[in-house]
Amino acid sequence: MNNLPAAARDALEEFQQAASWEQRARLLMQWGDRLEPVDMSERNETTLVSGCESRVWLIGDRQNNHWHFRATSEARLLRGLLAVLLARVNGIDSNQLQQLEVAYWFEQLGLSRHLSPSRSNGMNAVLERMHRISRQID
Amino acid sequence: MALISPWRSDFPALAILEAQGQTYLDSAATSQKPQALIDALTGYYTSGTANVHRAQHQTAERTTRAFEKARVKVAHWLNARSPTEIVFTHGATEALNLLAYGLEHLLQPDDEIVVSALEHHANLLPWQQLARRRGARLVVLPLDADGLIDLHSATELIGPRTRLLALSQLSNVLGAWQPLAQLLPLAKAQGALTIVDGAQGVVHGRHDMQALACDFYVFSSHKLYGPEGVGALYGRGESLLKLDHWQYGGEMVRVADFQSAEFHAAPLGFEAGTPPIGAVIGLGATLDYLSRLDATSVAAHEHKLHEQLLTGLVARPGVQLLGQPQTALASFTVNGIHHGDLAHLLTEQGIAVRSGSHCAQPLMKTLGIEGAIRVSLGLYNDGDDLQRFFTALDRALELLL
Repeated sequence: MNNLPAAARDALEEFQQAASWEQRARLLMQWGDRLEPVDMSERNETTLVSGCESRVWLIGDRQNNHWHFRATSEARLLRGLLAVLLARVNGIDSNQLQQLEVAYWFEQLGLSRHLSPSRSNGMNAVLERMHRISRQID
Repeated sequence: MALISPWRSDFPALAILEAQGQTYLDSAATSQKPQALIDALTGYYTSGTANVHRAQHQTAERTTRAFEKARVKVAHWLNARSPTEIVFTHGATEALNLLAYGLEHLLQPDDEIVVSALEHHANLLPWQQLARRRGARLVVLPLDADGLIDLHSATELIGPRTRLLALSQLSNVLGAWQPLAQLLPLAKAQGALTIVDGAQGVVHGRHDMQALACDFYVFSSHKLYGPEGVGALYGRGESLLKLDHWQYGGEMVRVADFQSAEFHAAPLGFEAGTPPIGAVIGLGATLDYLSRLDATSVAAHEHKLHEQLLTGLVARPGVQLLGQPQTALASFTVNGIHHGDLAHLLTEQGIAVRSGSHCAQPLMKTLGIEGAIRVSLGLYNDGDDLQRFFTALDRALELLL
């Protein structure tokens, strides 16, 4: 837990205290509202993640070997899921990104259901895109 | 007033789902199964399987008889003239693909295939690709404001170049019966063949093929409370003769040599390979079960459920129905709320509904929306299911607004 990025530690603390689905939903919406902005001009065919039922845009930059992703969606709860994912991945390097067990991360947050393969919300497609972006640049 | 389904207990999954806190309102995607089907599958697999139409041993004979009896039941269910008008497929999608290949030879460049703007991808893409293969044109009939295929436009668009008219009987998004009685004769008058996608329609009421007077009708068993992996193509006797064979292999061949072969006519000639025998027998048992129900009571129950659903939906501010649903289902959006958010919060509360484009992306574009929530009903749903849905919907809206 100590080697988690600071934002991830915050997420873990907040979500582990959420006792009901309503609290988790409220938290997700709060986290979603705090996402770094993605300008309308950045929402294009290249940044659009295909395979999501709700549209998701993802942009990845590497700063000093560390990844920095920005993402957004039209759906608020999905923005929240993106926010807690970004909290975990932002600041880590490509190696760590490839090895990251995202399922475990969502499980810790009590959000594992949103990663299941039958879900068409696109979290799996987002992850795949992250891996692809990080491989392309390496 | 409590709305009770007397058939709910015939479907063991409903009690299990309820115990798991799940409210199943996604029957237009697939249905839960009656005990009669489960018993038939268990009975078939327990008492010994064999392949059909091949061996002469006793088990094979018994299996073939049960298999062919299911064909008779399907023919009877649809009021086909003869069981030979029923071809078993793996589902409605495969049946439509069978038609798109089997009828390919009738299409010349610049011929027209006519579909409508509300088609499920299964009744759009096979025709779109057929049109591309043959240099034919795909003509799309527009809808009116109520979500019905516009008859006036159809009269103009169905013309002398029309070779095929392929339409859905009941829209999987709009829940509206399409005016087939007016539309099909327009194609007939031009000498075109008519294809009806009955995937949703077959589940609600009995449909008489001789009265419907289409050339082909397709449906999937799994939406009609039967097993997955099987469906049927009904083809009017003389229309089936127009089909070229499309898949080759065992059972469909009459005489085979290294360089040439002769094939069976329909239905066997279109059932290459070992069919889903258990599923076909299961479908037969499901039809037996459904035949025993009082059709009037079922229709009345479904009508009352649908009415409650619509009344509850329109009573909530901001809810916009898609079209004017007549039966079985209702799709809706809520002003200012993304359908994905609603779906997320309904799922959290154990409400099983569909969210998204419902395999009808072009229709969603026509309606100018990204997606919608669809609530769909089966004969086993009751007033409590709807109550749980509305309670969950209200809590979701409260959180999101």
